[in-house]
Amino acid sequence: MTSISWFNSLIGGAAIGVAASILLAFNGRVAGVSGIVTGLLRPHANDWAWRAAFVFGLLAAGTFMLTGAQTHTPGLSPARLLLLVPAGLITGFGARLGGGCTSGHGVCGLSRLSVRSLVATLTFIAAGALSVLLTRYFAGAQG
Amino acid sequence: MKALISAVVAGLIFGVGLVVSGMSDPTKVRGFLDFFGAWDESLAFVMLGAISVHLPYSRWLTRRAKPRFAAAFSVPPPKPIDRSLVIGSALFGLGWGVTGYCPAPAIVSSTSSMAALLSLVSMVGGLWLHEWWAGKRRIARRLSPAALPDATQP
Repeated sequence: MTSISWFNSLIGGAAIGVAASILLAFNGRVAGVSGIVTGLLRPHANDWAWRAAFVFGLLAAGTFMLTGAQTHTPGLSPARLLLLVPAGLITGFGARLGGGCTSGHGVCGLSRLSVRSLVATLTFIAAGALSVLLTRYFAGAQG
Repeated sequence: MKALISAVVAGLIFGVGLVVSGMSDPTKVRGFLDFFGAWDESLAFVMLGAISVHLPYSRWLTRRAKPRFAAAFSVPPPKPIDRSLVIGSALFGLGWGVTGYCPAPAIVSSTSSMAALLSLVSMVGGLWLHEWWAGKRRIARRLSPAALPDATQP
Protein backbone atom coordinates (compact mmCIF):
# COMPACT_ATOMS: atom_id res chain seq x y z
CA MET A 1 0.00 0.00 0.00
CA THR A 2 1.30 3.43 -0.86
CA SER A 3 -0.07 6.85 -0.06
CA ILE A 4 -1.27 7.34 -3.62
CA SER A 5 -4.87 6.22 -3.61
CA TRP A 6 -7.25 5.34 -6.39
CA PHE A 7 -8.52 8.93 -6.22
CA ASN A 8 -5.10 10.30 -7.18
CA SER A 9 -5.01 7.75 -9.97
CA LEU A 10 -8.37 8.92 -11.24
CA ILE A 11 -7.35 12.60 -11.15
CA GLY A 12 -3.95 11.88 -12.72
CA GLY A 13 -5.69 9.78 -15.35
CA ALA A 14 -8.06 12.65 -16.14
CA ALA A 15 -5.03 14.92 -16.62
CA ILE A 16 -3.61 12.40 -19.09
CA GLY A 17 -6.97 12.49 -20.89
CA VAL A 18 -6.81 16.30 -21.03
CA ALA A 19 -3.25 16.17 -22.39
CA ALA A 20 -4.21 13.66 -25.09
CA SER A 21 -7.17 15.89 -25.99
CA ILE A 22 -4.96 18.98 -26.29
CA LEU A 23 -2.55 17.17 -28.60
CA LEU A 24 -5.43 16.00 -30.77
CA ALA A 25 -7.27 19.34 -30.77
CA PHE A 26 -4.29 21.54 -31.57
CA ASN A 27 -1.77 19.27 -33.31
CA GLY A 28 -4.17 16.67 -34.70
CA ARG A 29 -1.95 13.96 -33.26
CA VAL A 30 -2.55 10.85 -31.20
CA ALA A 31 -0.69 10.83 -27.86
CA GLY A 32 1.00 7.47 -28.37
CA VAL A 33 4.33 7.96 -26.70
CA SER A 34 6.25 5.07 -28.31
CA GLY A 35 5.10 6.29 -31.73
CA ILE A 36 6.06 9.88 -30.93
CA VAL A 37 9.57 8.82 -29.88
CA THR A 38 9.98 6.53 -32.90
CA GLY A 39 9.34 9.51 -35.17
CA LEU A 40 12.38 11.16 -33.60
CA LEU A 41 14.54 8.23 -34.76
CA ARG A 42 13.74 8.79 -38.44
CA PRO A 43 16.50 10.93 -39.89
CA HIS A 44 14.57 12.22 -42.91
CA ALA A 45 11.35 12.99 -41.07
CA ASN A 46 10.16 16.59 -41.33
CA ASP A 47 7.80 16.48 -38.34
CA TRP A 48 10.21 16.01 -35.48
CA ALA A 49 9.70 19.43 -33.85
CA TRP A 50 6.29 18.80 -32.21
CA ARG A 51 7.52 15.36 -31.11
CA ALA A 52 10.59 16.85 -29.44
CA ALA A 53 8.36 19.52 -27.85
CA PHE A 54 6.04 16.89 -26.37
CA VAL A 55 8.95 14.82 -25.01
CA PHE A 56 10.46 18.00 -23.58
CA GLY A 57 7.17 18.62 -21.74
CA LEU A 58 7.28 15.12 -20.25
CA LEU A 59 10.89 15.56 -19.16
CA ALA A 60 10.18 18.97 -17.63
CA ALA A 61 7.18 17.67 -15.67
CA GLY A 62 9.21 14.78 -14.30
CA THR A 63 12.20 16.93 -13.45
CA PHE A 64 10.10 19.45 -11.52
CA MET A 65 7.96 16.92 -9.70
CA LEU A 66 10.31 14.06 -8.95
CA THR A 67 13.53 15.66 -7.73
CA GLY A 68 14.37 13.76 -4.60
CA ALA A 69 10.71 13.50 -3.59
CA GLN A 70 10.39 9.91 -4.68
CA THR A 71 13.20 7.43 -4.53
CA HIS A 72 11.93 4.89 -7.00
CA THR A 73 14.69 2.37 -6.86
CA PRO A 74 15.50 1.36 -3.32
CA GLY A 75 18.41 -1.05 -3.26
CA LEU A 76 18.50 -2.20 -6.86
CA SER A 77 21.02 -5.00 -7.15
CA PRO A 78 23.46 -4.95 -10.09
CA ALA A 79 21.79 -8.12 -11.41
CA ARG A 80 18.43 -6.39 -11.46
CA LEU A 81 19.92 -3.32 -13.09
CA LEU A 82 21.35 -5.53 -15.84
CA LEU A 83 17.94 -7.15 -16.28
CA LEU A 84 16.53 -3.72 -17.14
CA VAL A 85 18.46 -3.66 -20.43
CA PRO A 86 16.92 -6.70 -22.18
CA ALA A 87 13.56 -5.87 -20.59
CA GLY A 88 13.73 -2.31 -21.96
CA LEU A 89 14.75 -3.63 -25.38
CA ILE A 90 11.73 -5.94 -25.68
CA THR A 91 9.46 -3.21 -24.30
CA GLY A 92 10.54 -0.89 -27.12
CA PHE A 93 10.62 -3.53 -29.86
CA GLY A 94 7.25 -4.94 -28.76
CA ALA A 95 5.62 -1.52 -28.61
CA ARG A 96 6.50 -0.87 -32.27
CA LEU A 97 5.64 -4.38 -33.47
CA GLY A 98 2.30 -4.16 -31.68
CA GLY A 99 1.72 -0.65 -33.03
CA GLY A 100 1.53 1.13 -29.67
CA CYS A 101 2.05 1.13 -25.93
CA THR A 102 0.04 1.93 -22.83
CA SER A 103 -0.78 5.45 -24.01
CA GLY A 104 -1.39 4.73 -27.70
CA HIS A 105 -3.51 1.61 -27.26
CA GLY A 106 -4.57 1.83 -23.61
CA VAL A 107 -5.76 5.45 -23.62
CA CYS A 108 -6.11 6.78 -27.16
CA GLY A 109 -7.06 3.54 -28.91
CA LEU A 110 -9.61 2.54 -26.29
CA SER A 111 -11.05 6.08 -26.47
CA ARG A 112 -11.61 5.47 -30.20
CA LEU A 113 -13.31 2.19 -29.25
CA SER A 114 -10.75 0.31 -31.35
CA VAL A 115 -11.06 -3.45 -30.97
CA ARG A 116 -7.43 -3.76 -32.04
CA SER A 117 -6.38 -1.59 -29.11
CA LEU A 118 -8.55 -3.60 -26.74
CA VAL A 119 -6.80 -6.80 -27.87
CA ALA A 120 -3.40 -5.12 -27.45
CA THR A 121 -4.26 -3.75 -23.99
CA LEU A 122 -5.57 -7.05 -22.67
CA THR A 123 -2.52 -8.81 -24.12
CA PHE A 124 0.07 -6.52 -22.55
CA ILE A 125 -1.63 -6.48 -19.16
CA ALA A 126 -1.78 -10.30 -19.18
CA ALA A 127 1.86 -10.54 -20.29
CA GLY A 128 2.83 -7.98 -17.65
CA ALA A 129 1.12 -10.04 -14.96
CA LEU A 130 2.96 -13.14 -16.16
CA SER A 131 6.21 -11.23 -16.15
CA VAL A 132 5.74 -9.99 -12.57
CA LEU A 133 4.91 -13.54 -11.52
CA LEU A 134 8.05 -14.93 -13.20
CA THR A 135 10.41 -12.26 -11.88
CA ARG A 136 9.10 -12.90 -8.37
CA TYR A 137 10.08 -16.56 -8.72
CA PHE A 138 13.42 -16.26 -10.49
CA ALA A 139 16.66 -14.33 -10.10
CA GLY A 140 15.77 -12.94 -6.68
CA ALA A 141 14.10 -10.00 -8.38
CA GLN A 142 11.89 -8.75 -5.59
CA GLY A 143 9.86 -5.56 -5.61
CA MET B 1 5.52 27.90 -33.31
CA LYS B 2 2.00 27.72 -31.85
CA ALA B 3 1.97 24.00 -32.60
CA LEU B 4 5.15 23.60 -30.58
CA ILE B 5 3.65 25.39 -27.57
CA SER B 6 0.55 23.18 -27.58
CA ALA B 7 2.77 20.08 -27.83
CA VAL B 8 4.90 21.21 -24.86
CA VAL B 9 1.77 21.96 -22.81
CA ALA B 10 0.32 18.54 -23.69
CA GLY B 11 3.59 16.87 -22.67
CA LEU B 12 3.70 18.80 -19.40
CA ILE B 13 0.13 17.93 -18.41
CA PHE B 14 0.66 14.33 -19.52
CA GLY B 15 3.78 14.12 -17.33
CA VAL B 16 2.07 15.69 -14.31
CA GLY B 17 -0.79 13.21 -14.76
CA LEU B 18 1.63 10.29 -14.81
CA VAL B 19 3.28 11.41 -11.56
CA VAL B 20 0.01 12.27 -9.75
CA SER B 21 -1.62 9.01 -10.80
CA GLY B 22 1.25 6.82 -9.61
CA MET B 23 2.12 5.54 -13.10
CA SER B 24 5.67 6.90 -12.76
CA ASP B 25 6.31 4.64 -9.75
CA PRO B 26 7.51 1.25 -11.03
CA THR B 27 6.81 -0.48 -7.72
CA LYS B 28 3.19 0.60 -7.97
CA VAL B 29 2.99 -0.49 -11.61
CA ARG B 30 4.32 -3.92 -10.72
CA GLY B 31 1.79 -4.02 -7.87
CA PHE B 32 -0.98 -3.37 -10.40
CA LEU B 33 0.29 -6.25 -12.54
CA ASP B 34 0.57 -8.55 -9.52
CA PHE B 35 -2.78 -10.29 -9.94
CA PHE B 36 -1.56 -13.37 -8.12
CA GLY B 37 -0.07 -11.52 -5.16
CA ALA B 38 -0.98 -8.33 -3.30
CA TRP B 39 -2.87 -6.78 -6.21
CA ASP B 40 -3.03 -2.98 -6.11
CA GLU B 41 -6.03 -2.09 -8.26
CA SER B 42 -5.66 1.71 -8.13
CA LEU B 43 -3.87 2.10 -11.47
CA ALA B 44 -6.96 0.79 -13.24
CA PHE B 45 -8.44 4.18 -12.35
CA VAL B 46 -5.77 5.92 -14.45
CA MET B 47 -7.18 4.38 -17.60
CA LEU B 48 -10.72 5.05 -16.40
CA GLY B 49 -9.92 8.73 -15.71
CA ALA B 50 -8.09 9.22 -19.01
CA ILE B 51 -10.73 7.52 -21.13
CA SER B 52 -13.65 9.31 -19.46
CA VAL B 53 -12.11 12.61 -20.55
CA HIS B 54 -10.61 11.65 -23.90
CA LEU B 55 -13.39 9.47 -25.33
CA PRO B 56 -16.23 12.04 -25.35
CA TYR B 57 -13.92 14.92 -26.25
CA SER B 58 -12.17 13.17 -29.13
CA ARG B 59 -15.51 11.99 -30.55
CA TRP B 60 -16.82 15.54 -30.56
CA LEU B 61 -13.51 16.91 -31.81
CA THR B 62 -12.86 14.68 -34.79
CA ARG B 63 -16.25 15.63 -36.20
CA ARG B 64 -14.81 19.10 -36.70
CA ALA B 65 -13.03 19.92 -39.95
CA LYS B 66 -9.45 20.07 -38.73
CA PRO B 67 -7.19 20.60 -35.72
CA ARG B 68 -6.29 24.14 -34.69
CA PHE B 69 -2.62 24.23 -35.70
CA ALA B 70 -2.40 21.43 -38.28
CA ALA B 71 -3.85 20.68 -41.72
CA ALA B 72 -5.63 17.47 -40.71
CA PHE B 73 -6.08 14.89 -37.98
CA SER B 74 -3.46 12.10 -38.16
CA VAL B 75 -5.41 9.24 -36.65
CA PRO B 76 -4.06 5.71 -37.25
CA PRO B 77 -5.78 3.99 -40.20
CA PRO B 78 -7.82 0.87 -39.42
CA LYS B 79 -5.66 -2.25 -39.44
CA PRO B 80 -6.48 -5.91 -38.90
CA ILE B 81 -5.91 -7.74 -35.63
CA ASP B 82 -2.89 -9.80 -36.65
CA ARG B 83 -0.01 -11.77 -35.27
CA SER B 84 2.26 -8.71 -35.02
CA LEU B 85 -0.25 -6.95 -32.77
CA VAL B 86 -0.49 -9.85 -30.34
CA ILE B 87 3.20 -10.84 -30.32
CA GLY B 88 4.30 -7.22 -30.07
CA SER B 89 1.94 -6.46 -27.21
CA ALA B 90 3.00 -9.64 -25.40
CA LEU B 91 6.69 -8.69 -25.70
CA PHE B 92 5.88 -5.18 -24.55
CA GLY B 93 4.01 -6.51 -21.52
CA LEU B 94 6.79 -8.92 -20.57
CA GLY B 95 9.33 -6.10 -20.56
CA TRP B 96 6.96 -3.70 -18.80
CA GLY B 97 6.44 -6.19 -15.98
CA VAL B 98 10.18 -6.49 -15.36
CA THR B 99 11.07 -2.79 -15.29
CA GLY B 100 7.73 -1.35 -14.20
CA TYR B 101 8.28 1.32 -16.86
CA CYS B 102 6.39 1.81 -20.08
CA PRO B 103 7.73 4.50 -22.44
CA ALA B 104 6.06 7.67 -21.06
CA PRO B 105 6.83 7.06 -17.36
CA ALA B 106 10.39 6.07 -18.30
CA ILE B 107 10.83 9.50 -19.93
CA VAL B 108 9.21 11.29 -16.98
CA SER B 109 11.38 9.53 -14.39
CA SER B 110 14.60 9.46 -16.43
CA THR B 111 15.98 12.66 -14.87
CA SER B 112 15.45 11.43 -11.30
CA SER B 113 16.02 7.67 -11.43
CA MET B 114 18.97 5.71 -12.78
CA ALA B 115 16.76 2.65 -13.34
CA ALA B 116 14.33 4.73 -15.39
CA LEU B 117 17.13 6.20 -17.48
CA LEU B 118 18.59 2.76 -18.15
CA SER B 119 15.13 1.42 -19.04
CA LEU B 120 14.49 4.39 -21.32
CA VAL B 121 17.78 4.07 -23.19
CA SER B 122 17.12 0.35 -23.68
CA MET B 123 13.57 1.05 -24.83
CA VAL B 124 14.76 3.56 -27.41
CA GLY B 125 17.23 0.87 -28.49
CA GLY B 126 14.27 -1.49 -28.92
CA LEU B 127 12.33 1.09 -30.94
CA TRP B 128 15.37 1.63 -33.16
CA LEU B 129 15.89 -2.13 -33.52
CA HIS B 130 12.33 -2.49 -34.76
CA GLU B 131 12.76 0.36 -37.24
CA TRP B 132 15.87 -1.35 -38.60
CA TRP B 133 14.27 -4.80 -38.68
CA ALA B 134 11.04 -3.57 -40.28
CA GLY B 135 13.06 -1.69 -42.89
CA LYS B 136 15.07 -4.80 -43.74
CA ARG B 137 11.90 -6.85 -43.96
CA ARG B 138 10.35 -4.36 -46.36
CA ILE B 139 13.42 -4.49 -48.61
CA ALA B 140 13.55 -8.29 -48.50
CA ARG B 141 9.89 -8.45 -49.48
CA ARG B 142 10.42 -6.07 -52.38
CA LEU B 143 13.39 -8.07 -53.72
CA SER B 144 11.93 -11.53 -53.27
CA PRO B 145 10.26 -12.94 -56.42
CA ALA B 146 7.64 -14.59 -54.19
CA ALA B 147 6.52 -11.20 -52.94
CA LEU B 148 3.57 -10.96 -55.26
CA PRO B 149 0.25 -9.70 -53.93
CA ASP B 150 -0.90 -13.18 -52.84
CA ALA B 151 2.31 -13.91 -50.93
CA THR B 152 2.57 -10.83 -48.77
CA GLN B 153 1.41 -12.56 -45.61
CA PRO B 154 4.23 -14.36 -43.81
